[in-house]
Amino acid sequence: MRLRSLVAAVAVSALGVSLAACGGSDSGDSSNGGGGGDATLTYWASNQGTSLDNDKQVLTPVLEKFTQETGVKVNLEVIGWNDLQTRIQTAITSGQAPDVVNIGNTWAASLQATDAFLPFDGDAMNAIGGKDKFVPTALATGGKEGTDPTSVPLYGLAYGLYYNKAMFAAAGLQPPKTWEEMVTAAQKLTNPAKKQWGMALAAGSYTENVHFAFINAAQNKADWFDADGKPTFTGDGNVQGVLRYLDLMQKDKVANPSNAQYDNGTKSVNDFATKKVAMVINQNNADSSIVANGMKAGEYGVVPFPAPSGGEQVASHVAGINLSIFKNTKNKDAALKFVKYMTDATTQTTLGKPFSSLPVLKDAKPVFTTDAAEAATFADVYNTKSKPLPLVPAEDQFESTVGKAMNGLFAKIATGGTVTADDVKTALKTAEDQVAASS
Amino acid sequence: MSVATEKAPAAAVPEPRATKKKRGPDHRPGLSRKLPYLLLAPAVLLELLIHIIPMLVGIWMSFVKLTKFFIANWSAAPWAGFDNYRVALDFDNAVGEGLLKSFGVTVAFSLITLALAWCLGMAAAVALQPPFKGRSLVRTLFLVPYALPAYAGILTWNFMLQRDTGAVNHLLVDNLGLVSDRPFWLIGGNALVSLITVAVWKLWPFAFLTLMAGLQSIPRDVYEAASVDGAGSIRQWRNITLPSLRPVNLVLVLVLFLWTFSDFNTPYVLFGTAQPPAGDLITFHIYNASFLTWNFGSGAAMSVLLLIFLMIVTGAYLLITGRRSRRA
Amino acid sequence: MRDTKGFKIYRAVVLTVLGLFVLVPLYVMATSSLKPLSDVQGAFTWWPSNLTLDPFVDMWRTVPLARYFVNSTIVSVVATVFSVAIAILAAFAVSRFRFRGRTVFSTTVLSTQMFPGVLFLLPLFLIFVNINNSIGVQLVGTRLGLIITYLTFSLPFSIWMLAGYFDSIPRELDEAALVDGCGPMGALWRVVLPAARPGVIAVAIYSFMTAWGEVLFASVMTTEANRTLSVGLRQYSTQTNVYWNQIMAAALVVSVPVVIGFLLAQRHFVAGVTAGAVK
Repeated sequence: MRLRSLVAAVAVSALGVSLAACGGSDSGDSSNGGGGGDATLTYWASNQGTSLDNDKQVLTPVLEKFTQETGVKVNLEVIGWNDLQTRIQTAITSGQAPDVVNIGNTWAASLQATDAFLPFDGDAMNAIGGKDKFVPTALATGGKEGTDPTSVPLYGLAYGLYYNKAMFAAAGLQPPKTWEEMVTAAQKLTNPAKKQWGMALAAGSYTENVHFAFINAAQNKADWFDADGKPTFTGDGNVQGVLRYLDLMQKDKVANPSNAQYDNGTKSVNDFATKKVAMVINQNNADSSIVANGMKAGEYGVVPFPAPSGGEQVASHVAGINLSIFKNTKNKDAALKFVKYMTDATTQTTLGKPFSSLPVLKDAKPVFTTDAAEAATFADVYNTKSKPLPLVPAEDQFESTVGKAMNGLFAKIATGGTVTADDVKTALKTAEDQVAASS
Repeated sequence: MSVATEKAPAAAVPEPRATKKKRGPDHRPGLSRKLPYLLLAPAVLLELLIHIIPMLVGIWMSFVKLTKFFIANWSAAPWAGFDNYRVALDFDNAVGEGLLKSFGVTVAFSLITLALAWCLGMAAAVALQPPFKGRSLVRTLFLVPYALPAYAGILTWNFMLQRDTGAVNHLLVDNLGLVSDRPFWLIGGNALVSLITVAVWKLWPFAFLTLMAGLQSIPRDVYEAASVDGAGSIRQWRNITLPSLRPVNLVLVLVLFLWTFSDFNTPYVLFGTAQPPAGDLITFHIYNASFLTWNFGSGAAMSVLLLIFLMIVTGAYLLITGRRSRRA
Repeated sequence: MRDTKGFKIYRAVVLTVLGLFVLVPLYVMATSSLKPLSDVQGAFTWWPSNLTLDPFVDMWRTVPLARYFVNSTIVSVVATVFSVAIAILAAFAVSRFRFRGRTVFSTTVLSTQMFPGVLFLLPLFLIFVNINNSIGVQLVGTRLGLIITYLTFSLPFSIWMLAGYFDSIPRELDEAALVDGCGPMGALWRVVLPAARPGVIAVAIYSFMTAWGEVLFASVMTTEANRTLSVGLRQYSTQTNVYWNQIMAAALVVSVPVVIGFLLAQRHFVAGVTAGAVK
């Protein structure tokens, strides 16, 4: 009897387990097919639109068209930014990965270092249409200089200074051309008593903060890594660049101290769209959020994020999303076809509008906005006033350490503390030590 | 965890094991020898798969240089010896200093949260001890924070703690006028206060429930006898309630300590990626050290150090409380 | 028995303070879920000036909440059932038998509670992938993987509590069953388990809550098809907006069934915790 009940218990467990195994059947199984007609690709796409579901709606017809043209099915999964990095890391670790993934292009050099991605060498590059079709600065983000890139640009993005036309007109102001003009205008449009501020900053977002550390330092002609890939965070140009940006809240007082809690760009853009602030610096995909939050196209204008007079004219890093193929894909040919399709002129035009992205192809016209002046400004910034973030394996550590250091400095300012150049230098030294310790 | 039933004297009221052995259901020696192992087999198998083997892999990881260059091919990662530990324990260096600070924050967080959760739980359990009208309603209400999915509660707190749009500042500044300048709750020094508040909110009902259950097992006539002797409420609590709850408390305190010390959800959901230094709890710190900087060897070394620390604390706790309860 | 005046004042103070502490966040959650997005983004008000039910409608579209809810329910329920079953067997062994390795088992299980979960993540993922490659059982990106993980997470505490509870059940009862011709398993099934019902329910609630609220492993081990609520709720904060009112509405909706179930079971839980802890 006891044995029988034991056997029964075991049997029940086993049955239960196999029942449970019925759940979640259609996961990222990329092991079938060999690049032929009936292959299925798994594609991880990062969140670009208003929700994961929205991305799915936008991408599905585009992917269906690809299936019609090539016979290759695409299994799409849209992944939120919260989870994307750990998902990619576990995929790399285990080799259980999708075939194609799109990533923030700033990670390109770091991900390249893992050796998990397919280099676009001569043949692969030809298969996707040749490197000459891309905007050169955009393609430069694809990997370390002098190597075959492991990612190619998909959606282009660039920073611009958005300003509220009505507020500027009412104050008799012209859109700023230099940093000093920007600060003066912002001060004029700031009135804390009426909860009106000149600018909104995503000062609690380390990813946003680090971009401005980079751009402001670049305007000072300062680099974050030397030729050997060693961090040089504490240079004078870096410290002064960071401090200049911090001073928007500290010295110039044109940003609400509450901004120190804005942990993503969305919140500062919302302040702009709801007319609480006169200016915001954001990438061009802010357009869809601005409109979604009630501001009409035409109520705002965009100029390049200005450098101080005499500074280097860098208005943005080369922002955007790149496309990579996992090296261990069993569908290499199909994956290459897919990358070619996603980066061809037609698809770029189709996706440019819903995702508010700039084309990554030479000669292509931006379609994300009907405002010709805005389109021209962003195209100009992207093509001529952008500099890629450091193309070194430690780039991701640069982002997290310097970005978090700036979070801390902003928090100190917001809670009533004072941040001097020495404080900035100390914070950047700590960041530098952290990067040095783990490389 | 059944260590508490045998080895751990925390289990108090020791069972007369010897008698049980004799009287145990082993009238069929052959099967009886195998049966306990068969019963344990599923648990052991799962523990091996999910806990033990990953733990051993984790310990191995702490001895290799597992950075992004080797993450796709672990076998190629070079042996690091104690390098990862050396970096983590070098408190003059940025990494070690960060770990030490995080450790300090976690100790403070854990002890304060534990103390508050226990006090609130005790206060409520005592208040609800004698029956009154609506008692079960109140009990039900008090249990809701524990029953709420963790992230739902924490997200609500995150919303309430926003500086300009949050309920907390609305109450303190606009309604009560206690402070004129709206304080920050999710950045700067107040972050620790927020973290403790949220953790206590989620955890105190568990302490309440456990203590309340413990109180129910104290016979009423003990209190009545004490009342007749003229003992007031406070003396009754000290002389009767507290000693009777000792076995419950021994377990409760240990569990609360282990849970709070390795709390990951609260900082992760409350602060997102923008965690302030004052809210940098150690498991979250290790998560960032591993996943943000891709230095999994270093993160593993920190985890092993944490494991050693918790083992020492738990061991000492069981030893001390055990000795005392044996004397009692 | 202790209805002195002082005690009544004490009780009133404690109940008021703790009642407010518990209720305020719940109140904020409920009222915010009834406000339009523009209102939750603006200054906080205790009473919604514009009542709307839209968040409760929109929340199903912004995020596939229904699917996540189903996933969470399946994962949590199955994990709970197996966790409790396995814990019962193990706790019975620990409580009723003396055998070699008993101490080792107990100590090891306790120590697993001290190892930071963060570190399990990568090795566990790797092990799951290897299992998939060698015997073809897909554990990553399936509910099965999550179920196995979660049920193991709650095992140690469950075994501990149940063993304590079993200890408190007099062995004379087992004996009687044995005399009646039952084997040890019969004694467990017919005598020990019925007597230990409250403890079993307590453990089941604990296991369920563990699985239901887990965030970290869910964020890595799930894909779109099997994503659970804990990860899903975070998706209301997207690239273009943070839908606070929908977050609150969704949090409310997914909490209600759990809170109700929890409260229905709490009487048993009370008895269960006592016995497990006192032992």
